[in-house]
Amino acid sequence: MPESKDKVTRRGFLREGLWGTSLAALGAAVGFFSAKGSKADTVWQIDPNKCTQCGNCATYCVLAESAVKCVHAYAVCGYCNICFGYFGAEPSDINTGAENQLCPTGAIKRTYVEDPYYEYTVDEKLCNGCGKCVKGCNTFGNGSLFLQVRHDRCVNCNECSIAVACPSDAFKRVSADKPYLLKGTDDTQ
Amino acid sequence: MIRLSYTTIIIAFLFCVSAPVWSVEAFPPPEFENPHPLPETMTPQPRQDVYEYVDVAVLLAALAVSSYLVLSKRSRRWIFVLMIFCLVYFGFWREGCVCPIGSIQNVTLAIFDSSYVIPVTTVAFFVLPLVFTLFFGRTFCAAVCPLGAIQDLVLLRPLSVPKWLEGALRLCAYVYLAAAVLFAATGSAFVICRYDPFVSFFRLSGSLNILVFGFCLLLIGIFVGRPYCRFLCPYGVILRQLSRLSKRRVTITPDECIKCRLCEDSCPFGAIKQPTAEWPAADYKRNKRTLAIMLVLLPVLVLLGGWAGLTLGPAASRVHETVRLAERIYAEDAGLVEGTTDASDAFRATGTAPTALYSEASVIRGNIKFGSALAGAFVALVAGLKLIALSRRWQTQDYEADRAGCVACGRCFEYCPKEHVRLGEKEQGAVNER
Repeated sequence: MPESKDKVTRRGFLREGLWGTSLAALGAAVGFFSAKGSKADTVWQIDPNKCTQCGNCATYCVLAESAVKCVHAYAVCGYCNICFGYFGAEPSDINTGAENQLCPTGAIKRTYVEDPYYEYTVDEKLCNGCGKCVKGCNTFGNGSLFLQVRHDRCVNCNECSIAVACPSDAFKRVSADKPYLLKGTDDTQ
Repeated sequence: MIRLSYTTIIIAFLFCVSAPVWSVEAFPPPEFENPHPLPETMTPQPRQDVYEYVDVAVLLAALAVSSYLVLSKRSRRWIFVLMIFCLVYFGFWREGCVCPIGSIQNVTLAIFDSSYVIPVTTVAFFVLPLVFTLFFGRTFCAAVCPLGAIQDLVLLRPLSVPKWLEGALRLCAYVYLAAAVLFAATGSAFVICRYDPFVSFFRLSGSLNILVFGFCLLLIGIFVGRPYCRFLCPYGVILRQLSRLSKRRVTITPDECIKCRLCEDSCPFGAIKQPTAEWPAADYKRNKRTLAIMLVLLPVLVLLGGWAGLTLGPAASRVHETVRLAERIYAEDAGLVEGTTDASDAFRATGTAPTALYSEASVIRGNIKFGSALAGAFVALVAGLKLIALSRRWQTQDYEADRAGCVACGRCFEYCPKEHVRLGEKEQGAVNER
């Protein structure tokens, strides 16, 4: 059945029609979504008020070293001598000895400011995002330590593996213009 | 000192229990005697939006170049070079995560969930390859898709897959597409991303199961050309159908086919259609009868598919977090299970009434059941149409690339003697004489 070039065959007509329909459908889709869509991209972030510090952030990230780290809202911190985010449950002494620390990687640094205040800073290179300190700080302290997705590390997966594993639905997509939900700011209210 | 710490814990604990409001400011921020500036909380910013547009621009350029290489330049070597570039850029550099295959789910979710905001770049990633396919065939699969590229690289000893097996296995891709749309539409999961077999290779990290799955696919891919593209890829399913309508397409010979049969086995994807013989009258009659039976069977098949989908509905609904949580809470309250999970603890801590959760879950379960029935009917419809297509009469006189199956890899070009004439490597007469 050689198709002559001038004659419109039934199959040729059907094909042309479907082709036009498909292109029109794609055009309509583009129109619909560009009216509805956003110019800015979105990124994953943890709502610190929903986070239960289950520890999944440290293990479920697709990266070998999680993109989630502990951050510190200094304005909320009490600068306590006895910090429940820093010391384990039964510290043998109140000093910076490794055996007294709650953090498994020793990522929190304790520095003396003035009596009786100490400042706690997180060394992100050591932090693995396990949230043990966050749990301590939230349970007994001000909750100034909290977990956040660090966007210099996050690869922004379409479906975040930690979000899937999160038991408290704390992960959500936020606009890339405002990529953090920091405690002590309006973002988390 | 130790006693002090215990006392403080107990005091703090009492604070928490007796006055939850206070827990926020259990220890008021200090007033330092000497001025002490508070350190700033570092907030490293995500990749700038402009780079998302760069990705779209690269995709557009790659699609244009790929189409040119496939249709005009007809060079497997350059297609291969572009393929490596795209594998490096979209795969290893962008770590595989802004991809048209996964964008099916974003688009679906944006249609069904009005609160979901889809970035325009994602829409572009979904639409651009489709538009190019409508004009030029599957040039996206040829060189732009990093998943196709990584499989194309390992294809060393291609075996041909029997037609019946190929057709049957291809149904998996339709099942996958239906499942992906179902779970994305109901906000349950992005299964395409969750089970993307090669993204762990691109990132050089990931879960063990997915790594093993990807590794197995690559092992199979040594012998069976592009197994993911042919038998699983949900985007490939859409591209197949659009490619049937494309304005231009891959032609094995740049000129007239001389039926020398040299290209016959050159395609590792079984996408070269051989010239057909004339149909015997007896065959024609038998085909007519088969067609009639199939047409009658089609509605039955669709109903069966829908019923199967409906039956699988409750199991499918468990993919949704809320449904799982509701079932867990119910089981805990009814004493069917012992202990609690992180999720149930977190739910109880919010103080929401279980009944609210139950009603929310039952709405979702209903939606998924309905969607699952539709998905089942869709898959059955595809299977039925495939059966009907078996008895469709078609005739080709030349060796042709199958419009749907051809991924435009360009392997067949160099097998055609006419191609060598076009390139000026052979004289016209030498070829025609065979």
